[in-house]
Amino acid sequence: MNAAVSMRASLDEVTQFIYREARLQDEHQYAAWEALWTDDGVYWLPANGEGVDPEQEMSILYDNRSRIALRVRQLLSGKRHAQLPPSRLRRLISNIEIMAIDGEELSVDCNSLVFESNARGETLWVARNHYRLRRVADELRMAFKKVVLVNNDRALFTVAFLL
Amino acid sequence: MNTTAKDRAWSDLIQPARVHGSLYHDPAIFALELARIWYRTWVYVGHESEIPRAHDFVMKSIGPTPVLMTRDGRGRVHLLLNRCPHRGNEVCAEQSGNRRSFVCPFHAWSFGSDGSLHSVAFPDGYDGLQRDQLGLAHVSRVASYGGFVFGSMASDGPTLADYLGGAAETIDRLLAFSPEGEVELTTGFLQHRVKANWKFVLENETDGYHPAFVHASVFGVSDSSIGALYGADSRALSRDYGNGHTELDLRPEFRRLGQPLGWFGTSAERFPDYVAAMNLAHGEQRAREILIDGTPHVMIFPNLFIAEIQIFVLQARAVDDTVQHVTALQFKGAPQLNRRLRQQTMGSVGPAGLLLADDAAMYERNQRGIAARDPQWLYLARGLHREQRDAQGYRVGGATDEVPSRGIWRHYRQWMESSA
Repeated sequence: MNAAVSMRASLDEVTQFIYREARLQDEHQYAAWEALWTDDGVYWLPANGEGVDPEQEMSILYDNRSRIALRVRQLLSGKRHAQLPPSRLRRLISNIEIMAIDGEELSVDCNSLVFESNARGETLWVARNHYRLRRVADELRMAFKKVVLVNNDRALFTVAFLL
Repeated sequence: MNTTAKDRAWSDLIQPARVHGSLYHDPAIFALELARIWYRTWVYVGHESEIPRAHDFVMKSIGPTPVLMTRDGRGRVHLLLNRCPHRGNEVCAEQSGNRRSFVCPFHAWSFGSDGSLHSVAFPDGYDGLQRDQLGLAHVSRVASYGGFVFGSMASDGPTLADYLGGAAETIDRLLAFSPEGEVELTTGFLQHRVKANWKFVLENETDGYHPAFVHASVFGVSDSSIGALYGADSRALSRDYGNGHTELDLRPEFRRLGQPLGWFGTSAERFPDYVAAMNLAHGEQRAREILIDGTPHVMIFPNLFIAEIQIFVLQARAVDDTVQHVTALQFKGAPQLNRRLRQQTMGSVGPAGLLLADDAAMYERNQRGIAARDPQWLYLARGLHREQRDAQGYRVGGATDEVPSRGIWRHYRQWMESSA
Protein backbone atom coordinates (compact mmCIF):
# COMPACT_ATOMS: atom_id res chain seq x y z
CA MET A 1 0.00 0.00 0.00
CA ASN A 2 1.53 3.28 -1.02
CA ALA A 3 1.27 6.51 0.95
CA ALA A 4 -1.47 8.00 -1.26
CA VAL A 5 -3.80 5.03 -0.72
CA SER A 6 -3.16 5.02 2.99
CA MET A 7 -3.95 8.73 3.12
CA ARG A 8 -7.27 8.31 1.31
CA ALA A 9 -8.34 5.50 3.59
CA SER A 10 -7.41 7.60 6.59
CA LEU A 11 -9.40 10.57 5.34
CA ASP A 12 -12.57 8.45 5.21
CA GLU A 13 -11.99 7.19 8.69
CA VAL A 14 -11.13 10.65 9.98
CA THR A 15 -14.20 12.17 8.35
CA GLN A 16 -16.47 9.58 9.93
CA PHE A 17 -14.86 10.20 13.30
CA ILE A 18 -15.32 13.97 13.09
CA TYR A 19 -18.92 13.66 11.91
CA ARG A 20 -19.60 11.33 14.81
CA GLU A 21 -18.09 13.80 17.27
CA ALA A 22 -20.24 16.57 15.76
CA ARG A 23 -23.41 14.53 16.15
CA LEU A 24 -22.63 13.61 19.77
CA GLN A 25 -22.02 17.30 20.53
CA ASP A 26 -25.20 18.47 18.79
CA GLU A 27 -27.25 15.88 20.63
CA HIS A 28 -25.70 16.47 24.06
CA GLN A 29 -24.43 12.90 24.40
CA TYR A 30 -21.79 14.02 26.84
CA ALA A 31 -20.54 10.67 28.11
CA ALA A 32 -20.18 9.26 24.60
CA TRP A 33 -18.33 12.45 23.58
CA GLU A 34 -15.98 12.18 26.55
CA ALA A 35 -15.16 8.61 25.52
CA LEU A 36 -13.67 10.00 22.29
CA TRP A 37 -10.75 11.50 24.23
CA THR A 38 -7.40 9.88 24.97
CA ASP A 39 -6.34 9.76 28.61
CA ASP A 40 -4.07 12.78 28.05
CA GLY A 41 -6.49 14.80 25.92
CA VAL A 42 -6.30 18.60 25.79
CA TYR A 43 -9.25 20.75 24.71
CA TRP A 44 -8.47 24.37 23.87
CA LEU A 45 -10.47 27.39 22.72
CA PRO A 46 -8.03 30.28 22.41
CA ALA A 47 -9.14 33.90 22.71
CA ASN A 48 -7.81 36.92 20.84
CA GLY A 49 -6.59 35.14 17.74
CA GLU A 50 -4.96 31.84 16.91
CA GLY A 51 -3.57 31.30 20.38
CA VAL A 52 0.14 31.24 21.09
CA ASP A 53 0.69 29.73 24.53
CA PRO A 54 -2.29 28.66 26.61
CA GLU A 55 0.00 28.32 29.63
CA GLN A 56 0.63 32.06 29.52
CA GLU A 57 -2.49 33.69 28.09
CA MET A 58 -6.20 33.74 28.79
CA SER A 59 -8.17 31.23 26.72
CA ILE A 60 -11.93 30.81 26.49
CA LEU A 61 -11.35 27.22 27.50
CA TYR A 62 -8.18 25.26 28.19
CA ASP A 63 -9.04 21.90 29.69
CA ASN A 64 -6.70 19.07 30.54
CA ARG A 65 -8.23 15.60 30.68
CA SER A 66 -9.41 15.91 34.27
CA ARG A 67 -11.08 19.26 33.56
CA ILE A 68 -12.78 17.78 30.47
CA ALA A 69 -14.20 15.15 32.81
CA LEU A 70 -15.26 17.84 35.29
CA ARG A 71 -16.97 19.81 32.51
CA VAL A 72 -18.87 16.70 31.44
CA ARG A 73 -19.87 15.88 35.03
CA GLN A 74 -21.17 19.43 35.38
CA LEU A 75 -23.22 19.12 32.19
CA LEU A 76 -24.60 15.80 33.42
CA SER A 77 -25.44 17.19 36.87
CA GLY A 78 -28.80 18.55 35.74
CA LYS A 79 -27.86 21.88 37.36
CA ARG A 80 -25.77 23.46 34.62
CA HIS A 81 -28.13 26.42 34.23
CA ALA A 82 -26.38 27.72 31.12
CA GLN A 83 -27.66 24.56 29.39
CA LEU A 84 -31.09 24.36 30.98
CA PRO A 85 -32.83 23.76 28.72
CA PRO A 86 -30.05 22.54 26.43
CA SER A 87 -29.35 24.68 23.37
CA ARG A 88 -30.80 23.31 20.16
CA LEU A 89 -27.79 22.73 17.94
CA ARG A 90 -26.78 21.63 14.47
CA ARG A 91 -23.35 21.99 13.00
CA LEU A 92 -21.85 21.59 9.59
CA ILE A 93 -18.29 20.35 9.25
CA SER A 94 -16.37 20.84 6.05
CA ASN A 95 -12.93 21.33 4.48
CA ILE A 96 -11.52 18.34 6.33
CA GLU A 97 -7.81 18.03 5.55
CA ILE A 98 -5.16 15.73 6.91
CA MET A 99 -2.32 18.15 7.47
CA ALA A 100 0.34 15.72 8.68
CA ILE A 101 0.82 12.10 9.63
CA ASP A 102 3.20 11.33 12.43
CA GLY A 103 3.20 7.61 13.13
CA GLU A 104 -0.12 6.82 14.79
CA GLU A 105 -1.01 10.49 15.20
CA LEU A 106 -2.85 12.45 12.55
CA SER A 107 -3.00 16.20 12.44
CA VAL A 108 -6.38 17.16 10.96
CA ASP A 109 -7.99 20.52 10.28
CA CYS A 110 -11.56 21.38 9.34
CA ASN A 111 -14.06 24.23 9.37
CA SER A 112 -17.22 24.17 11.46
CA LEU A 113 -20.35 26.26 11.46
CA VAL A 114 -22.66 25.76 14.43
CA PHE A 115 -26.20 27.11 14.65
CA GLU A 116 -27.38 27.54 18.25
CA SER A 117 -30.94 28.32 19.25
CA ASN A 118 -31.84 29.05 22.85
CA ALA A 119 -33.96 31.45 24.90
CA ARG A 120 -31.63 34.35 24.15
CA GLY A 121 -31.99 33.90 20.40
CA GLU A 122 -30.07 32.41 17.52
CA THR A 123 -26.28 32.46 17.39
CA LEU A 124 -23.83 31.34 14.74
CA TRP A 125 -20.44 30.01 15.83
CA VAL A 126 -17.86 29.62 13.10
CA ALA A 127 -14.45 28.11 13.70
CA ARG A 128 -11.36 26.45 12.35
CA ASN A 129 -10.82 23.22 14.27
CA HIS A 130 -7.45 21.52 14.68
CA TYR A 131 -7.31 17.92 15.83
CA ARG A 132 -4.58 15.53 16.75
CA LEU A 133 -6.02 12.04 16.48
CA ARG A 134 -4.38 8.90 17.78
CA ARG A 135 -5.19 5.23 17.54
CA VAL A 136 -6.12 3.62 20.84
CA ALA A 137 -7.13 -0.04 20.68
CA ASP A 138 -7.60 0.37 16.93
CA GLU A 139 -10.06 3.26 17.34
CA LEU A 140 -9.38 6.91 16.60
CA ARG A 141 -9.33 9.14 19.68
CA MET A 142 -8.82 12.85 20.20
CA ALA A 143 -5.53 13.68 21.88
CA PHE A 144 -5.91 17.38 21.16
CA LYS A 145 -8.67 19.61 19.87
CA LYS A 146 -8.28 23.32 19.31
CA VAL A 147 -11.26 25.41 18.24
CA VAL A 148 -10.37 28.83 16.85
CA LEU A 149 -13.55 30.87 16.65
CA VAL A 150 -13.43 33.47 13.89
CA ASN A 151 -14.64 36.17 16.31
CA ASN A 152 -12.71 35.08 19.40
CA ASP A 153 -11.23 38.57 19.75
CA ARG A 154 -14.65 40.09 20.36
CA ALA A 155 -17.26 39.90 23.08
CA LEU A 156 -18.93 36.49 22.92
CA PHE A 157 -22.16 35.21 24.36
CA THR A 158 -21.98 32.21 26.66
CA VAL A 159 -20.77 29.01 25.04
CA ALA A 160 -21.73 26.32 27.51
CA PHE A 161 -22.45 23.61 24.94
CA LEU A 162 -19.60 21.57 23.43
CA LEU A 163 -17.89 23.37 20.56
CA MET B 1 -25.73 69.38 42.80
CA ASN B 2 -29.19 70.33 41.52
CA THR B 3 -32.34 68.33 41.85
CA THR B 4 -34.92 69.16 39.23
CA ALA B 5 -38.65 68.68 39.60
CA LYS B 6 -38.59 65.91 37.02
CA ASP B 7 -36.04 64.05 39.11
CA ARG B 8 -38.35 63.57 42.06
CA ALA B 9 -39.45 60.46 40.21
CA TRP B 10 -36.28 58.66 41.36
CA SER B 11 -37.70 58.32 44.85
CA ASP B 12 -40.65 56.57 43.23
CA LEU B 13 -38.34 54.06 41.56
CA ILE B 14 -35.72 53.45 44.27
CA GLN B 15 -36.83 52.84 47.80
CA PRO B 16 -34.88 51.49 50.77
CA ALA B 17 -35.82 47.84 50.27
CA ARG B 18 -37.20 47.68 46.76
CA VAL B 19 -36.42 49.00 43.27
CA HIS B 20 -38.62 49.33 40.22
CA GLY B 21 -38.15 46.90 37.33
CA SER B 22 -38.02 49.68 34.74
CA LEU B 23 -34.56 50.61 36.03
CA TYR B 24 -33.25 47.53 34.22
CA HIS B 25 -35.06 47.76 30.91
CA ASP B 26 -36.07 51.35 30.13
CA PRO B 27 -33.78 52.74 27.38
CA ALA B 28 -34.48 56.30 28.59
CA ILE B 29 -33.08 55.40 32.01
CA PHE B 30 -30.01 53.87 30.39
CA ALA B 31 -29.41 57.11 28.46
CA LEU B 32 -29.60 59.05 31.75
CA GLU B 33 -27.22 56.57 33.40
CA LEU B 34 -24.64 57.29 30.72
CA ALA B 35 -24.87 61.03 31.39
CA ARG B 36 -25.05 60.88 35.17
CA ILE B 37 -22.91 57.87 36.04
CA TRP B 38 -20.73 56.50 33.24
CA TYR B 39 -19.76 59.86 31.71
CA ARG B 40 -19.38 61.59 35.04
CA THR B 41 -18.25 59.48 37.97
CA TRP B 42 -14.88 57.71 38.32
CA VAL B 43 -14.92 54.66 36.06
CA TYR B 44 -12.17 52.04 35.98
CA VAL B 45 -10.50 52.02 32.56
CA GLY B 46 -7.31 49.93 32.62
CA HIS B 47 -4.19 48.99 34.50
CA GLU B 48 -0.80 50.66 34.22
CA SER B 49 0.85 47.27 33.64
CA GLU B 50 -1.00 47.01 30.31
CA ILE B 51 1.10 49.92 28.96
CA PRO B 52 4.48 49.44 30.65
CA ARG B 53 6.69 51.26 28.10
CA ALA B 54 6.69 54.77 26.66
CA HIS B 55 4.22 55.08 23.75
CA ASP B 56 2.38 51.84 24.59
CA PHE B 57 -1.37 51.99 24.06
CA VAL B 58 -4.37 49.77 24.63
CA MET B 59 -8.01 50.24 23.61
CA LYS B 60 -10.39 50.37 26.56
CA SER B 61 -13.84 51.84 27.14
CA ILE B 62 -16.09 53.92 29.33
CA GLY B 63 -19.56 52.52 28.81
CA PRO B 64 -20.19 52.25 25.05
CA THR B 65 -17.40 54.75 24.26
CA PRO B 66 -13.95 53.45 23.25
CA VAL B 67 -11.11 55.03 25.21
CA LEU B 68 -7.48 54.83 24.17
CA MET B 69 -5.22 54.44 27.20
CA THR B 70 -1.71 55.59 26.32
CA ARG B 71 1.61 56.24 28.00
CA ASP B 72 3.45 59.22 26.59
CA GLY B 73 7.21 59.68 26.19
CA ARG B 74 7.48 61.08 29.70
CA GLY B 75 5.66 58.12 31.25
CA ARG B 76 2.36 59.89 31.89
CA VAL B 77 -0.89 57.95 31.35
CA HIS B 78 -3.57 59.51 29.15
CA LEU B 79 -7.14 58.52 28.39
CA LEU B 80 -8.00 59.71 24.90
CA LEU B 81 -11.17 59.59 22.86
CA ASN B 82 -10.73 57.81 19.56
CA ARG B 83 -12.17 60.52 17.34
CA CYS B 84 -10.29 62.78 14.95
CA PRO B 85 -11.01 66.44 15.78
CA HIS B 86 -11.05 67.16 12.05
CA ARG B 87 -13.98 65.17 10.67
CA GLY B 88 -14.70 62.66 13.42
CA ASN B 89 -12.97 59.61 11.94
CA GLU B 90 -11.89 56.77 14.20
CA VAL B 91 -8.16 57.41 14.57
CA CYS B 92 -6.90 54.07 15.94
CA ALA B 93 -8.28 50.70 14.80
CA GLU B 94 -5.81 48.54 16.72
CA GLN B 95 -6.49 46.99 20.10
CA SER B 96 -3.00 47.53 21.47
CA GLY B 97 0.54 48.31 20.41
CA ASN B 98 3.29 50.89 20.62
CA ARG B 99 3.09 54.13 18.66
CA ARG B 100 4.77 57.50 18.95
CA SER B 101 2.01 58.90 16.79
CA PHE B 102 -1.49 58.05 15.66
CA VAL B 103 -2.26 59.03 12.09
CA CYS B 104 -5.87 59.47 11.07
CA PRO B 105 -6.22 57.56 7.79
CA PHE B 106 -8.82 59.99 6.39
CA HIS B 107 -6.69 63.16 5.88
CA ALA B 108 -3.42 62.17 7.58
CA TRP B 109 -3.66 64.36 10.65
CA SER B 110 -1.28 62.95 13.23
CA PHE B 111 -1.35 62.97 17.00
CA GLY B 112 1.21 62.20 19.67
CA SER B 113 0.86 59.50 22.30
CA ASP B 114 -0.27 62.32 24.63
CA GLY B 115 -3.09 63.18 22.20
CA SER B 116 -1.61 66.47 21.03
CA LEU B 117 -1.86 67.42 17.35
CA HIS B 118 1.48 66.80 15.66
CA SER B 119 0.85 67.73 12.06
CA VAL B 120 -1.80 68.21 9.43
CA ALA B 121 -1.48 67.48 5.71
CA PHE B 122 -1.00 70.48 3.41
CA PRO B 123 -0.96 72.98 6.30
CA ASP B 124 -0.96 76.05 4.03
CA GLY B 125 -4.66 75.37 3.49
CA TYR B 126 -5.32 76.69 7.00
CA ASP B 127 -5.08 80.27 8.17
CA GLY B 128 -4.04 80.28 11.83
CA LEU B 129 -4.67 76.65 12.84
CA GLN B 130 -5.22 76.51 16.60
CA ARG B 131 -3.16 73.40 17.21
CA ASP B 132 -3.71 73.32 20.96
CA GLN B 133 -7.49 73.16 20.33
CA LEU B 134 -7.26 70.34 17.81
CA GLY B 135 -5.74 67.42 19.70
CA LEU B 136 -7.58 64.23 20.59
CA ALA B 137 -10.08 64.82 23.38
CA HIS B 138 -9.00 63.70 26.84
CA VAL B 139 -11.10 62.09 29.52
CA SER B 140 -11.19 65.12 31.81
CA ARG B 141 -9.65 63.58 34.89
CA VAL B 142 -7.30 60.61 35.18
CA ALA B 143 -6.08 59.13 38.45
CA SER B 144 -4.78 55.77 39.54
CA TYR B 145 -4.66 53.76 42.71
CA GLY B 146 -2.36 50.76 43.00
CA GLY B 147 -1.85 50.82 39.23
CA PHE B 148 -5.61 50.76 38.56
CA VAL B 149 -6.35 53.71 36.26
CA PHE B 150 -9.69 55.46 36.58
CA GLY B 151 -11.15 58.21 34.44
CA SER B 152 -13.87 60.76 35.05
CA MET B 153 -15.41 62.68 32.17
CA ALA B 154 -16.56 65.39 34.59
CA SER B 155 -14.10 68.27 34.91
CA ASP B 156 -14.72 68.44 38.63
CA GLY B 157 -16.10 66.27 41.38
CA PRO B 158 -14.70 64.22 44.24
CA THR B 159 -11.08 63.09 43.96
CA LEU B 160 -10.45 59.41 43.25
CA ALA B 161 -9.24 58.94 46.84
CA ASP B 162 -12.45 60.49 48.19
CA TYR B 163 -14.50 58.43 45.77
CA LEU B 164 -12.86 55.12 46.68
CA GLY B 165 -13.08 55.95 50.38
CA GLY B 166 -12.82 52.89 52.59
CA ALA B 167 -12.84 50.56 49.57
CA ALA B 168 -9.24 51.62 48.79
CA GLU B 169 -8.18 49.39 51.66
CA THR B 170 -9.37 46.34 49.72
CA ILE B 171 -6.94 47.25 46.92
CA ASP B 172 -4.17 47.55 49.53
CA ARG B 173 -5.07 44.04 50.68
CA LEU B 174 -4.81 42.82 47.10
CA LEU B 175 -1.40 44.42 46.51
CA ALA B 176 -0.06 42.85 49.70
CA PHE B 177 -0.25 39.49 47.93
CA SER B 178 2.67 40.51 45.76
CA PRO B 179 6.08 40.33 47.41
CA GLU B 180 6.78 43.51 45.40
CA GLY B 181 3.47 45.18 46.18
CA GLU B 182 2.23 45.23 42.58
CA VAL B 183 -0.33 43.43 40.47
CA GLU B 184 0.01 43.02 36.73
CA LEU B 185 -2.59 42.32 34.07
CA THR B 186 -0.49 40.66 31.41
CA THR B 187 -2.39 37.61 30.18
CA GLY B 188 -5.03 39.15 27.90
CA PHE B 189 -8.77 39.53 28.41
CA LEU B 190 -11.79 37.35 27.76
CA GLN B 191 -14.89 39.29 26.74
CA HIS B 192 -18.15 37.73 27.89
CA ARG B 193 -21.31 39.32 26.55
CA VAL B 194 -24.76 39.01 28.07
CA LYS B 195 -28.11 40.21 26.87
CA ALA B 196 -28.89 41.83 30.17
CA ASN B 197 -28.68 45.14 31.97
CA TRP B 198 -25.36 46.01 33.58
CA LYS B 199 -26.88 46.42 37.03
CA PHE B 200 -27.89 42.76 37.18
CA VAL B 201 -24.19 41.98 36.75
CA LEU B 202 -23.09 44.71 39.16
CA GLU B 203 -25.39 43.54 41.95
CA ASN B 204 -24.62 39.87 41.46
CA GLU B 205 -20.88 40.38 42.03
CA THR B 206 -21.44 40.88 45.75
CA ASP B 207 -24.60 38.82 46.09
CA GLY B 208 -23.80 36.00 48.48
CA TYR B 209 -27.30 34.55 48.29
CA HIS B 210 -27.04 33.00 44.82
CA PRO B 211 -23.90 30.78 44.81
CA ALA B 212 -25.49 27.86 46.66
CA PHE B 213 -28.08 27.59 43.90
CA VAL B 214 -26.62 29.01 40.70
CA HIS B 215 -23.29 27.22 41.20
CA ALA B 216 -24.64 24.00 42.70
CA SER B 217 -23.50 22.09 39.62
CA VAL B 218 -19.85 22.94 40.33
CA PHE B 219 -20.01 22.39 44.08
CA GLY B 220 -21.66 19.03 43.49
CA VAL B 221 -19.09 17.61 41.08
CA SER B 222 -15.80 19.17 42.21
CA ASP B 223 -13.93 19.57 45.48
CA SER B 224 -14.62 23.32 45.46
CA SER B 225 -15.06 24.75 48.95
CA ILE B 226 -16.73 27.95 47.76
CA GLY B 227 -20.19 26.63 48.55
CA ALA B 228 -19.67 26.62 52.31
CA LEU B 229 -18.61 30.28 52.26
CA TYR B 230 -22.13 31.22 51.27
CA GLY B 231 -23.99 28.65 53.34
CA ALA B 232 -26.41 29.39 56.14
CA ASP B 233 -23.67 28.93 58.78
CA SER B 234 -21.11 31.16 57.11
CA ARG B 235 -19.52 33.85 59.25
CA ALA B 236 -18.54 35.84 56.16
CA LEU B 237 -19.86 39.40 55.93
CA SER B 238 -21.42 41.52 53.26
CA ARG B 239 -20.32 45.15 53.48
CA ASP B 240 -21.38 48.51 52.03
CA TYR B 241 -18.44 50.91 51.89
CA GLY B 242 -20.60 53.77 50.63
CA ASN B 243 -20.30 55.41 47.19
CA GLY B 244 -21.72 52.19 45.75
CA HIS B 245 -18.65 50.09 46.63
CA THR B 246 -19.51 46.74 48.17
CA GLU B 247 -17.69 43.68 49.46
CA LEU B 248 -18.17 40.10 50.47
CA ASP B 249 -15.66 39.84 53.29
CA LEU B 250 -14.73 36.17 53.47
CA ARG B 251 -11.91 36.61 55.98
CA PRO B 252 -13.90 35.31 58.97
CA GLU B 253 -14.31 31.98 57.16
CA PHE B 254 -10.69 31.82 56.01
CA ARG B 255 -9.48 32.68 59.52
CA ARG B 256 -11.62 29.85 60.85
CA LEU B 257 -9.84 27.58 58.38
CA GLY B 258 -6.55 29.13 59.52
CA GLN B 259 -4.47 27.74 56.66
CA PRO B 260 -2.20 29.89 54.48
CA LEU B 261 -3.56 29.77 50.89
CA GLY B 262 -6.49 27.69 52.16
CA TRP B 263 -8.81 30.29 50.57
CA PHE B 264 -7.28 29.29 47.21
CA GLY B 265 -7.91 25.59 47.77
CA THR B 266 -4.23 24.86 48.23
CA SER B 267 -1.47 25.12 50.80
CA ALA B 268 1.72 27.08 51.41
CA GLU B 269 3.83 23.92 51.06
CA ARG B 270 3.06 23.79 47.37
CA PHE B 271 4.41 27.33 46.77
CA PRO B 272 7.72 27.42 48.67
CA ASP B 273 9.37 30.14 46.55
CA TYR B 274 6.37 32.40 46.79
CA VAL B 275 5.98 31.95 50.53
CA ALA B 276 9.68 32.63 51.04
CA ALA B 277 9.37 35.86 49.04
CA MET B 278 6.32 36.87 51.06
CA ASN B 279 8.11 36.16 54.35
CA LEU B 280 10.97 38.34 53.19
CA ALA B 281 8.67 41.16 52.11
CA HIS B 282 6.28 41.21 55.06
CA GLY B 283 7.91 39.24 57.87
CA GLU B 284 6.77 35.72 58.69
CA GLN B 285 3.89 36.61 61.00
CA ARG B 286 2.35 39.23 58.71
CA ALA B 287 2.88 37.08 55.61
CA ARG B 288 1.05 34.24 57.31
CA GLU B 289 -1.89 36.53 58.14
CA ILE B 290 -2.05 37.80 54.55
CA LEU B 291 -1.96 34.28 53.13
CA ILE B 292 -4.68 33.10 55.52
CA ASP B 293 -6.98 36.09 54.86
CA GLY B 294 -6.96 35.74 51.08
CA THR B 295 -7.53 38.38 48.44
CA PRO B 296 -10.59 40.63 48.45
CA HIS B 297 -13.97 40.13 46.80
CA VAL B 298 -14.96 43.72 46.15
CA MET B 299 -17.09 45.58 43.61
CA ILE B 300 -15.87 49.11 42.97
CA PHE B 301 -18.84 51.04 41.56
CA PRO B 302 -19.71 51.05 38.74
CA ASN B 303 -17.41 48.62 36.92
CA LEU B 304 -14.34 47.15 38.64
CA PHE B 305 -14.92 43.78 40.27
CA ILE B 306 -11.90 42.33 42.04
CA ALA B 307 -12.85 38.69 42.49
CA GLU B 308 -10.10 37.07 44.55
CA ILE B 309 -8.12 35.66 41.62
CA GLN B 310 -9.25 37.75 38.67
CA ILE B 311 -10.76 41.08 37.79
CA PHE B 312 -13.89 41.75 35.80
CA VAL B 313 -14.42 45.08 34.11
CA LEU B 314 -18.09 45.72 33.45
CA GLN B 315 -18.95 47.54 30.26
CA ALA B 316 -22.49 48.81 29.79
CA ARG B 317 -23.06 48.99 26.01
CA ALA B 318 -26.86 49.31 25.85
CA VAL B 319 -29.78 48.83 28.21
CA ASP B 320 -29.68 45.07 27.59
CA ASP B 321 -26.11 44.59 26.35
CA THR B 322 -23.30 44.19 28.86
CA VAL B 323 -19.78 42.85 28.46
CA GLN B 324 -17.58 41.56 31.25
CA HIS B 325 -13.89 41.88 30.40
CA VAL B 326 -12.04 39.40 32.57
CA THR B 327 -8.41 38.51 33.18
CA ALA B 328 -6.37 36.67 35.79
CA LEU B 329 -4.65 38.74 38.45
CA GLN B 330 -0.90 38.29 38.31
CA PHE B 331 1.20 39.26 41.31
CA LYS B 332 4.60 40.70 40.59
CA GLY B 333 7.31 38.45 41.98
CA ALA B 334 5.00 35.43 42.33
CA PRO B 335 5.40 33.21 39.23
CA GLN B 336 4.45 30.02 41.09
CA LEU B 337 1.18 31.49 42.28
CA ASN B 338 0.47 33.20 38.96
CA ARG B 339 0.24 29.96 37.02
CA ARG B 340 -2.48 28.68 39.33
CA LEU B 341 -4.26 32.05 39.08
CA ARG B 342 -4.37 31.70 35.30
CA GLN B 343 -5.54 28.09 35.36
CA GLN B 344 -8.29 28.70 37.92
CA THR B 345 -9.45 31.86 36.16
CA MET B 346 -9.73 30.10 32.80
CA GLY B 347 -11.67 27.24 34.32
CA SER B 348 -14.19 29.36 36.14
CA VAL B 349 -14.91 32.49 34.10
CA GLY B 350 -15.47 33.77 30.58
CA PRO B 351 -18.02 32.53 28.03
CA ALA B 352 -17.34 28.84 28.77
CA GLY B 353 -16.53 29.22 32.47
CA LEU B 354 -17.72 26.55 34.87
CA LEU B 355 -19.05 29.33 37.14
CA LEU B 356 -19.67 32.40 34.99
CA ALA B 357 -21.66 30.74 32.22
CA ASP B 358 -24.30 30.01 34.84
CA ASP B 359 -24.23 33.56 36.22
CA ALA B 360 -24.69 34.77 32.64
CA ALA B 361 -27.68 32.46 32.26
CA MET B 362 -29.19 34.10 35.35
CA TYR B 363 -28.57 37.63 34.03
CA GLU B 364 -30.34 36.81 30.79
CA ARG B 365 -33.23 35.04 32.54
CA ASN B 366 -33.49 38.07 34.79
CA GLN B 367 -33.69 40.40 31.80
CA ARG B 368 -36.43 38.27 30.24
CA GLY B 369 -38.28 37.87 33.52
CA ILE B 370 -38.40 41.54 34.25
CA ALA B 371 -40.24 42.22 31.02
CA ALA B 372 -43.34 40.78 32.68
CA ARG B 373 -45.33 43.72 34.04
CA ASP B 374 -46.11 42.53 37.56
CA PRO B 375 -45.08 42.65 40.30
CA GLN B 376 -43.34 45.84 39.21
CA TRP B 377 -40.77 45.79 42.01
CA LEU B 378 -37.68 43.80 42.97
CA TYR B 379 -37.59 42.97 46.64
CA LEU B 380 -34.29 43.73 48.41
CA ALA B 381 -35.14 43.39 52.10
CA ARG B 382 -33.01 40.35 52.87
CA GLY B 383 -31.12 40.94 56.12
CA LEU B 384 -32.52 44.47 56.61
CA HIS B 385 -33.50 43.61 60.20
CA ARG B 386 -29.98 42.46 61.06
CA GLU B 387 -27.89 45.12 59.33
CA GLN B 388 -25.17 46.43 61.62
CA ARG B 389 -22.28 48.88 61.55
CA ASP B 390 -18.74 47.57 61.71
CA ALA B 391 -15.89 49.21 63.66
CA GLN B 392 -15.31 51.67 60.81
CA GLY B 393 -19.00 52.53 60.62
CA TYR B 394 -19.76 50.69 57.38
CA ARG B 395 -23.00 48.77 57.02
CA VAL B 396 -22.47 45.01 57.30
CA GLY B 397 -24.70 41.97 57.15
CA GLY B 398 -24.48 38.23 56.79
CA ALA B 399 -22.90 36.61 53.74
CA THR B 400 -26.26 36.06 52.08
CA ASP B 401 -27.82 39.42 53.02
CA GLU B 402 -28.67 42.11 50.49
CA VAL B 403 -26.63 44.83 52.19
CA PRO B 404 -24.54 45.31 49.01
CA SER B 405 -27.54 45.74 46.69
CA ARG B 406 -29.12 48.27 49.02
CA GLY B 407 -25.83 50.15 49.18
CA ILE B 408 -25.49 50.18 45.40
CA TRP B 409 -28.99 51.56 44.95
CA ARG B 410 -28.57 54.19 47.66
CA HIS B 411 -25.53 55.53 45.82
CA TYR B 412 -27.12 55.14 42.39
CA ARG B 413 -30.15 57.16 43.41
CA GLN B 414 -27.97 59.95 44.76
CA TRP B 415 -26.10 60.29 41.45
CA MET B 416 -29.17 59.90 39.27
CA GLU B 417 -30.99 62.58 41.24
CA SER B 418 -28.22 65.08 40.75
CA SER B 419 -28.16 66.45 37.23
CA ALA B 420 -25.04 68.60 37.65
